[in-house]
Amino acid sequence: MTKKQIQEKIAFTVLTMTMFMVVIPTLLIIGYIIYKGIGTISWEFITAMPRKGMREGGILPAIVGTIYLVMGTIILALPLGVGSAIYLTEYAKQGKVTRLIRLAIMNLAGVPSVVYGLFGLGLFVYFLNIGTSILAGALTLACLILPVVITASEEALKSVPQSYREASLALGATKLQTIQKVVLPFAMPGILTGAILGIGRAAGETAPILLTVAAFFLPRLPKSIFDQAMALPYHLYIISTQVPNMPQGIQYGTALTLLGLVSIFFMLATVIRIKFKMANRA
Amino acid sequence: MANAQEMLVTQDKFTHRKNLKKDIKHSLGEYIIEKIIFCLGITSVIIFSLIFLFLLRTGLTLFRDVSLKEFLFSKNWFPISVNPQYGILPLVAGSLLITAGAILISVPIGVGCAIYISEVAPPKTKMVLKVIIEFLSAIPSVVLGFLGIVVLANWVRISFSLSSGFTALTGSILVSLMALPTIITISDDAINALPKEYREASLALGATKWETIINVLVPAASSGIIAAIMLGIGRAIGETMTVMMVTGNAAKIPDTFLTSARTMTATIAAEMGDTVRNGTHYHALFAVGIVLLMMTTCINLIADFVLNRARKEGR
Amino acid sequence: MSKISVKDLNLFYGDFQALKNITLNIEEKKVTALIGPSGCGKSTFLRSLNRMNDLIDGVKIKGDLKLEEQDIYQKDVDVVALRRRVGMVFQKPNPFPKSIYENVAYGPRRYGIKTRKQLDEIVEKSLKKAALWEEVKDRLSKSALGLSGGQQQRLCIARALAMEPEVLLMDEPTSALDPIATAKIEELIVELKKEYTIVIVTHSMQQAARISDETAFFLMGEVVEVDTTQKIFTKPRDKRTEDYVTGRFG
Repeated sequence: MTKKQIQEKIAFTVLTMTMFMVVIPTLLIIGYIIYKGIGTISWEFITAMPRKGMREGGILPAIVGTIYLVMGTIILALPLGVGSAIYLTEYAKQGKVTRLIRLAIMNLAGVPSVVYGLFGLGLFVYFLNIGTSILAGALTLACLILPVVITASEEALKSVPQSYREASLALGATKLQTIQKVVLPFAMPGILTGAILGIGRAAGETAPILLTVAAFFLPRLPKSIFDQAMALPYHLYIISTQVPNMPQGIQYGTALTLLGLVSIFFMLATVIRIKFKMANRA
Repeated sequence: MANAQEMLVTQDKFTHRKNLKKDIKHSLGEYIIEKIIFCLGITSVIIFSLIFLFLLRTGLTLFRDVSLKEFLFSKNWFPISVNPQYGILPLVAGSLLITAGAILISVPIGVGCAIYISEVAPPKTKMVLKVIIEFLSAIPSVVLGFLGIVVLANWVRISFSLSSGFTALTGSILVSLMALPTIITISDDAINALPKEYREASLALGATKWETIINVLVPAASSGIIAAIMLGIGRAIGETMTVMMVTGNAAKIPDTFLTSARTMTATIAAEMGDTVRNGTHYHALFAVGIVLLMMTTCINLIADFVLNRARKEGR
Repeated sequence: MSKISVKDLNLFYGDFQALKNITLNIEEKKVTALIGPSGCGKSTFLRSLNRMNDLIDGVKIKGDLKLEEQDIYQKDVDVVALRRRVGMVFQKPNPFPKSIYENVAYGPRRYGIKTRKQLDEIVEKSLKKAALWEEVKDRLSKSALGLSGGQQQRLCIARALAMEPEVLLMDEPTSALDPIATAKIEELIVELKKEYTIVIVTHSMQQAARISDETAFFLMGEVVEVDTTQKIFTKPRDKRTEDYVTGRFG
């Protein structure tokens, strides 16, 4: 081997090591949570109320709370995000307004989640007087995932061949009809992927709901969107820091449930995206 | 004759307006919907402005009770003592220390991993790696925090023979995991965006793959890599739950990585529950939020500027 | 009679002037061919006839462009109504990823025709006019993407015809096709000019000679010469036209 080849060999070994330093911890985290948590997961655990200061029983209200929150979030964020993306790809001209919108999206994506929490607390809970509730949390989370939904939708809309738009317009369809009948149907899988990724993100966030929704311990199901609610990530935070003598099984079980929920959304999005890519190539 | 009849039928179906003038009634609906779409288009601007507005409105009220000098330069954050003091310095120091630690860990690993993915890995491995890295970014921070408590903190305590494993270092390690996906994805994109000709030209001149990477590709993608690092820093500063759960949260200026530290984010999340609305403490937490938001916004703007410059150079 | 009359048309992409002082009349129910080297502005000109250039940022247009006495660049002109009267077929066949039937029915549906019977009728008639009916009548509900390139292009023509346009713009409609498919389309164009005014951009001079009645020669954004096809190919007035049609160009 020449000196150059040895040099290259060493360099590539180092690069391979850095790759493993990312992959191994990730797989360890997932594996460890599954290994420690799987024993706790049972039908009772996910369908029963917590008992004895959360030290026994199940986590049903936290699961239901998270599902309510996530549904509310996506119902609010999807039309806003898709509309926004339609504006950017189909209507916006290069100019100051567009530049401003892009800057805002990019900055929104970088706003710390706890600041979203402060904002939600100030605007939704107090100023609009919605109170600590599922609705306030969903509104806050909708703002938080908006950049994710916009970016994904925009990418999906951009992937629609320009020739489809031209063909439709040349046939005397209006711009709106073109968007409705040609552009949106084609972009739908991509938009869906974005929505699901947004849902996954919303399901895992803790800091914003800590300030806007969360009930420490509420062993009943929420009655309406104006109710407080427990939520999985917040529940995990509580039982791993605030409750003394917490059985580890419940902690790991809760962590696994949360991770499982987020993974389901993640895998769904990944599968749709890969299928979509394949279909486009064919 | 047959032709004329056919024409008549057609006329019945399609009466093209010979007059090309816009039809007010017809275009009104479309006009309204387009205005609505425009409004949706600027939602992000509205939300971002509202965030700033609400934070400023509530946070600046603090300075009726506390001087700006005390807030910025006092070394004491004692919001619930008899003589409350609101000095943000220890919180800023905590945030900066943990972020610095996280970046020291995640930059070499992240950039190395990005190079591996874009230049070394075979296509199938590449796809698997990308999925794993995206999954890492999808793991909720509270799950990482939980593992930090039950696993990592113990490891840190035993390895460095400390009395407590809840240290800035523990926080830095976990936060580095959260910054990694950002750094890897954006660096990888930057390297991938380089024209194929760069690689071909360098290899054709007899350079090895590694020489091409280090002498041509990395320098050419440097703007993108710098932006990736900036965004990674933004992600690290803004991280809340993980650091709140594993850094011990002592509100004093940390002197080493092996002592407890408290970040701005953790302070807001942990203390908001104890405040009364419109009390001084409540306002102080919003003021901390302003400082935090300004820091992350600046970092984002720099990243955006660098990326834009890179795009222009690319042309 | 002139269907479209253009006078002193100037078009700019930002600072770049793509069309210079174009003056040209397009005769009704004739085929007008636009020829010239690539980048000469012939496609740009074609796309300004149904205002497809509006889709590009930074395009500025000055001059008169009249469709039967109506200036189509007037502020109050409805481009949708315009494009219904001036149909277009693109260089590369671009059927939607929908069924054959839905592709043809797309325009009429947008126009408000909903009953299945009327749509069936329009689809059949348009496909017949585009000489595609016999080949696809048994698989109307199959994806249009399964057709061959030539069939796809005839489908795109049928799709445009379904709108009953008065003018049909064709932007190098055969450049992506093989000779047999090309011949079929050319046959079709000759057939269609009985009913429609056709403007076709082509880079094949033989094609222009075979199918067109009038020919305009474009060079560097200008119309060098416009006349009957016969004259352009046999007795051109301008030296540059002669060089181009005899293949001595550049």
